[in-house]
Amino acid sequence: MLTGIIIVAGIAAVLGALLGYAAIRFRVEGNPVVAEIDKILPQTQCGQCGFAGCHPYAEAIAEGQADINRCPPGGERNIRRLADLLGVEFKPLSDDVAEPKPRSLAVIDESLCIGCTLCIQACPVDAILGASKQMHTVIASECTGCELCLPPCPVDCIRMVPIKEDLGNWRWKYPANPLRAA
Amino acid sequence: MRKLHSFSGGIHPPEHKEQSTREPIAQASLASRLIVPLQQHMGAVGDPLVRKGQRVLKGQPLAAAAGAFSAATHAPTSGMVSALELHPAPHPSGLLALCAVIEPDGEDRWTEHSPLDWRNADPQATLARLRDGGVVGLGGAVFPTAVKARGNGRPVDTLIINGGECEPYITCDDMLMRERAPEISRGIEILQRLTGAREVVVGIEDNKPEAVAAMEAACGASAIPIQVEPVPTLYPAGGEKQLIKVITGREVPSRGLPAEVGVVCFNVATVYAVYRAVELGEPMVSRVVTVTGNVHAPRNFECLLGTPVGELAALAGPCVDTDGFIMGGPLMGFPLPSDAVPVVKATNCVIASSEALFPKPPPPMPCIRCGRCAEACPAGLQPMDLYWFAKAHNLAKAEEFSLFDCIECGCCDYVCPSHIPLVQYYKFAKGEIRTLAQEKETADRARRRHEFRQYRQDREKQERAARLASRAPGAKKAPATPEALAESQEAE
Ligand code: SF4
Ligand code: SF4
Ligand code: SF4
Repeated sequence: MLTGIIIVAGIAAVLGALLGYAAIRFRVEGNPVVAEIDKILPQTQCGQCGFAGCHPYAEAIAEGQADINRCPPGGERNIRRLADLLGVEFKPLSDDVAEPKPRSLAVIDESLCIGCTLCIQACPVDAILGASKQMHTVIASECTGCELCLPPCPVDCIRMVPIKEDLGNWRWKYPANPLRAA
Repeated sequence: MRKLHSFSGGIHPPEHKEQSTREPIAQASLASRLIVPLQQHMGAVGDPLVRKGQRVLKGQPLAAAAGAFSAATHAPTSGMVSALELHPAPHPSGLLALCAVIEPDGEDRWTEHSPLDWRNADPQATLARLRDGGVVGLGGAVFPTAVKARGNGRPVDTLIINGGECEPYITCDDMLMRERAPEISRGIEILQRLTGAREVVVGIEDNKPEAVAAMEAACGASAIPIQVEPVPTLYPAGGEKQLIKVITGREVPSRGLPAEVGVVCFNVATVYAVYRAVELGEPMVSRVVTVTGNVHAPRNFECLLGTPVGELAALAGPCVDTDGFIMGGPLMGFPLPSDAVPVVKATNCVIASSEALFPKPPPPMPCIRCGRCAEACPAGLQPMDLYWFAKAHNLAKAEEFSLFDCIECGCCDYVCPSHIPLVQYYKFAKGEIRTLAQEKETADRARRRHEFRQYRQDREKQERAARLASRAPGAKKAPATPEALAESQEAE
C-alpha cells in the first residue's frame, strides 16, 4: 500500500517537473491559438466586437477575456467554428453586439466627394483609391464592408450597398422542414 | 459481350418511360418569343454580341465563348432582338439571368453553315468548333465539351458514350438513339479522334431494346470499332462514375475525374450535338426534350432553346389539375419557379406535376439508423452520418465523410422510411462549405492588406520621428529661408 502511494506520488512529481520544464523550455513566441482564432475571424476589422480589430479580439478570446459570440459579420457560422476549435459550446450571437447585416460594399457618390482623404485614412484594408482634392473610389473586390469610412466623411457621400444574391453566389438553404419530434 | 461489373447500391423506382415513347420525336412549333440566357454552360460567359433592335439569323452568336473554359450561345431562330434583359432562369432559385429576347420573324433563316472536314483538320480546329458551336454536356452538368475532349494532358484509353438515361420519366436520349443512331455514331467517330481512345463503348440500360438495336446497327456500320453494351437497369446506372464502374470495373477516385482512370464519358445527346456542330457546321440551337407527367399526350419534342416551358408543355396538353412543372426527372430535377422560364441546354425533361402524381411527402421523422440509405447509396457513402453532420452544421466532419462524392442521386431519400429530405441537407452543406472557402479567401486577403497597412503606418511614423530628430537642435540646420534654400540648391 505504502509503496504504491510512494510510486504514484513519485510519478506525479516527475511528470509535474517535466511539464514545468517544458513550459519554460518550449515556450513559443505569440500564442498559436490566437493565430488559429484569427484565421476564423472575417478580418473585417470593423471593431463591432468591442476590440480594436480582429486580431485584438482573437487575443482576448485566447486569454479568456472575451466570449466567442461577439462578431456580427462572422455570424453563427463562425461562432460554430470557434466553438469547434476551442472545444466549447456553441452559443448564439451576443445581445450586446449589433445584429448581423447582409454583406455590403461601400460606394462613394463621386459627384459629391470633395477629395478630403478622410475615408482613405479610415479604411483598414486600403480599399479606397484617390488623392487629396481628387475624387475617391472604392475598390469593390477589396472592400470588406466594415463601415469605418462612413463616420469620417464630412459630406456623407458614402453609402453601403448590400451584395445582391445572384446565380453565382446563390446557395441551397437549410431544409425548411424542421424535424418533427416523434 | 464484355464482362460487366456492378456498383454498390442503387434502386428500382417505377420507370414511367413507356408513355412518352409511343410517338416519334415531334418538331415543337415556333414560340411567340424566345428567351435565350447568354450563359447556358458551366464556366465563363462572353459579353453580348448583339444589341437591342438588331436583326439576327438562326445560328448567329449572341455571346462568344470567353476564354478556354466557356462555350458560345446562339440565336435559335431568325428575327429581331427585342431586348437584352434580366429574366427568371430555369434554376431552383428562380433568380434572374441576362437573356436575349428574340421576336421570331417566322422565316427560321440560318447563317451560312461551314462544315468541317474533321478527319483532315487539326484537332485544335475541331475543338474550337465545339466551343464556338456552343456544345456542352447535355446530361445535365452543361460542362463545355471541348474542355473534356481535349484531354488536359491525361492519356485516355476508353471512350464511354452514356446512353444510360436511368432516371424515371426521361426518354429524350432513348428516342434520339432510336431515330438518329447513324448521326450519333458519326459524333462518336469525331470524339474518338479527339480523345485518341482505343476502346469505344456505348452503355445503354437494357430497358431500351429499340435504342440498343438501332445503335448496334449504326455502330456496326461505323469506320471504327464501337461496342454497344446493354447494362442492367438499375438507377443510377447512368451516373458517370457508376457507368464507368459497370463497363470498365474502374473506380473513379474520391473527388477525382474519370480521366484519372483513363476514361472519358459523353452523353449521347452531347455526341449528337458534336456531330451537328462539326460535320454539319450547325451551332447548338435546339435539343430534344421529353414532355411528360400530368399531360394528355406525353412525347418528345425537338425544341428551340429559349422556348418558354409553358409553350412547350402546351403542345402535350397539360391536364387541368397541373400545379407546376419539374425540370429534369423526379429524383434529381427541381420544380421550376414559373412556366415562363425558357428551355435551355440543360433541359432534358419537363414533367407536369400534380398533387395526385407527386403527393406531398409526409412530415419527416427522426432517423432511426436503419441503414437502408447506406445500402442504396451508389457512391458507397453513409448517408445517415452525412445527414447528421449536415444537420448539426458540422461541415468539417461532413467533408471528411466524403460529402463531395455524393452525386445527389436521391436514392437515400427514396428509401428512407422516415422521409427525411436527405439530399437537401447535402446540398445545403456543400453550399456552406463553398461559401466558407470563399469567405476564407476574402478574409485572408483582407488580413494581408490590413497587416501591410499597419506596417506602412509604423514605417511612416518612424520616418516622421527620424525627420523630427534630424531637425532637433544640435543637428545640421535645415534651410528655412528662401535665400538659404536657393543657396543650398546652388551648392548642389
Ligand atoms: S471602403 Fe469603407 S467599408 Fe469598405 S473596407 Fe474600406 S472602410 Fe470598410
Ligand atoms: S434510411 Fe433514413 S431512417 Fe434509415 S438510416 Fe438512413 S436516414 Fe436514417
Ligand atoms: S444522394 Fe448522395 S448520399 Fe444519397 S444515395 Fe445518392 S450519392 Fe448516396
